[in-house]
Amino acid sequence: MSLRLKVNPIACEAHGMCAEVLPELIALDDWGYPILDERPITPELVDHAKRAAQACPTFALLIERDTPPQREE
Amino acid sequence: MSPRADIALPRLLAGMPAHGAMGLAEHRASSGELPYTTRRERRGAGALIDLVEQAGLRGRGGAAFPVARKLRAVTAAGGRTPLGKRPIVLANAAEGEPASAKDRLLLESLPHLVLDGGVLAARAVGADELIVCVEASAGAALQSVTRALSERERAGGDGLRIGIQTVPEGYVSGQESALVNLCNGGPAKPTLTPPMPFQRGVRRRPTLINNAETLAHLTLIARHGPHWFRALGTPADPGSALLTLSGAVSHPGVYEIEHGAPLQSLIEAAGGTTSPIRAVLLGGYGGTWLDGASIPELLLSNDRLACDGASLGAGVIVLLSAEACPVAEVTRATRWLAEQSSGQCGPCVNGLDAIAGALEEVLAGQPSAGVGKRIAHWSTLAKGRGACRHPDGVVSFVASALEVFAEELADHARHGPCDACVGPHVLPLPTPIELAAAA
Amino acid sequence: MTVLLGAVGPSTYWYLTRSTGAVALLLLTLSLALGVAGVSRFSSPRWPRFVVDSLHRNVSLLALAFLLVHIITAVLDSFAPISLLDAFVPFAGSYRPFWLGLGAISFDLLLAVTLTSLVRRRLGYGAWRATHWLAYACWPIALLHGLGTGSDVKSTWLLALSIGCLAIVALAVGVRAITGWPEHARLRGAALGATAVFAVFLVLWLPGGPLGHGWAQRSGTPTSLLAGGSRK
Repeated sequence: MSLRLKVNPIACEAHGMCAEVLPELIALDDWGYPILDERPITPELVDHAKRAAQACPTFALLIERDTPPQREE
Repeated sequence: MSPRADIALPRLLAGMPAHGAMGLAEHRASSGELPYTTRRERRGAGALIDLVEQAGLRGRGGAAFPVARKLRAVTAAGGRTPLGKRPIVLANAAEGEPASAKDRLLLESLPHLVLDGGVLAARAVGADELIVCVEASAGAALQSVTRALSERERAGGDGLRIGIQTVPEGYVSGQESALVNLCNGGPAKPTLTPPMPFQRGVRRRPTLINNAETLAHLTLIARHGPHWFRALGTPADPGSALLTLSGAVSHPGVYEIEHGAPLQSLIEAAGGTTSPIRAVLLGGYGGTWLDGASIPELLLSNDRLACDGASLGAGVIVLLSAEACPVAEVTRATRWLAEQSSGQCGPCVNGLDAIAGALEEVLAGQPSAGVGKRIAHWSTLAKGRGACRHPDGVVSFVASALEVFAEELADHARHGPCDACVGPHVLPLPTPIELAAAA
Repeated sequence: MTVLLGAVGPSTYWYLTRSTGAVALLLLTLSLALGVAGVSRFSSPRWPRFVVDSLHRNVSLLALAFLLVHIITAVLDSFAPISLLDAFVPFAGSYRPFWLGLGAISFDLLLAVTLTSLVRRRLGYGAWRATHWLAYACWPIALLHGLGTGSDVKSTWLLALSIGCLAIVALAVGVRAITGWPEHARLRGAALGATAVFAVFLVLWLPGGPLGHGWAQRSGTPTSLLAGGSRK
């Protein structure tokens, strides 16, 4: 079972708190929106990842189980 | 199944009236009664999905998704929900691509072909409601569908609720989750997926969304069978397709072609070109530019075009004359596409705006340093980071333009606007975009 | 009646309720300022956004804690007839009912804001945001409650504290209204106007009101506690 970061791009308002709390996996683009490391979260960072998701004021940052990044239409 | 029908073209457009729509009586006379109509037949309507699978039908809305797979997914989702959550079908004729006219044509001239498909799809997945989504500005199409629906009512109805949903104008309004959002009372803007529409869509019901042309093909497959369907086309891209051809051609319009046919033969059927062709745009404003020189080799099927990094998309083909200014065309279109963003996701809103701005600089001959690199950088930032595929499409459109029109772009960067910049616009845009450089 | 109770005498409760009330006002002020800093996206190397946000949440909870002590000690104190119900239901009490009632309203609003924030994930962003606006109503009502009920209102320290807090809140509201100008210009203008009106109202009302003569009687203190009372 792996956990991965995911962002809801509609809810995201580029507050940037996630990148402050989890700089190891989240960087901000030119406009302040998060660029996520979409690989499985390593065990040492899981707690930080949860804090980052809680820190998001718009609940845009999500932690998902298992499903690797996919785009199905 | 009907007696063997002619396998040749035209298929969808067979018997298309010169004016107005084909009425219900005439439609039934030429294509026979609708299968899976009696109670007993309806119980076995799921078999239709097998036919569609054997036929290898792919969606005609742009994504070319295997239709049988979608039908099965919705049927399965419908089987899992509690009573009262029967699936619902949306017939998508909200043709957001400005250079596409096929869906409108089908609704205006052959509405029953599309409606039959919608009814059959509903029966196949166990849905009890069909909603036809039409652009609010497509007056003739709306009238035609409304009339067709009352014809069907008078003939006894189809045993399910059929309604019309008007869709506000917008490039992304016909996107699947946007349609679901609209039918749920929200704006015609894409939403975050998952959950996908087939899992939970309109009124939280599993929702099947098929392009109008896809449904038309489905009607014919139900009548004539998968072998008939596959008698035309290629193994990977079977059957026929509607393409909207425009630009430097004598008779622009909607044509039905066999998948795999040479682009050259389509151009000839449309009366030939009206000037030398600089480039061809395939797939629409989210598609790909290819050099005009490649036209003789191009075959109109997704698997063949994939070798050139292109696809048919929603069946849009625009021939760009050598007399037009490609830089002005691409810049105008990109700026329009940036404005067509639903405005919900930062990377799309900002990224497309930045790319359009950079192109405007190039067009005007005032590019900032490293503009090519910056467009590439913003393209990477915009791609895949929105809720829908709009930014991805624009990125592809621009990237292929940068490659094909490298010379003209370099020329503009150095010297500014050319004579052709102020010529007539080629790429149609619903909301006119005037660029300062062209003034 | 009032004098002979043991070690924790009634006056201890009275001091506690006044002091915790003042501290709660200060903490609410800080919380509002931090909230505005957060939504205005203030940040600096020493004050990352998540710190501002965390502080805002913690200061708010601390304010609530002080408020709970403020309420409980007021109820326990036998000098003024304040019941626990009066903390939640406004204007039903017998001690300065109007001014105490404002405290109840302010407390109810703070409870609404805090509880919705604790379950914000379940509530959803839209509903949470909508309720959170009540915080801007909570503060001025709390201040008026303090000025109307407090027995320390005439003392310099409380006046200075009140004016200082008002200044901070006015500044915060100003920053909040300007950030994002001119979107919703009407609403923002109205907010600035309301703040100015409130400040002017205080300047005009205080001297003849709580700072004036006989306020204890005018504000609804039960007659049995007036004049001959053993309190200052």
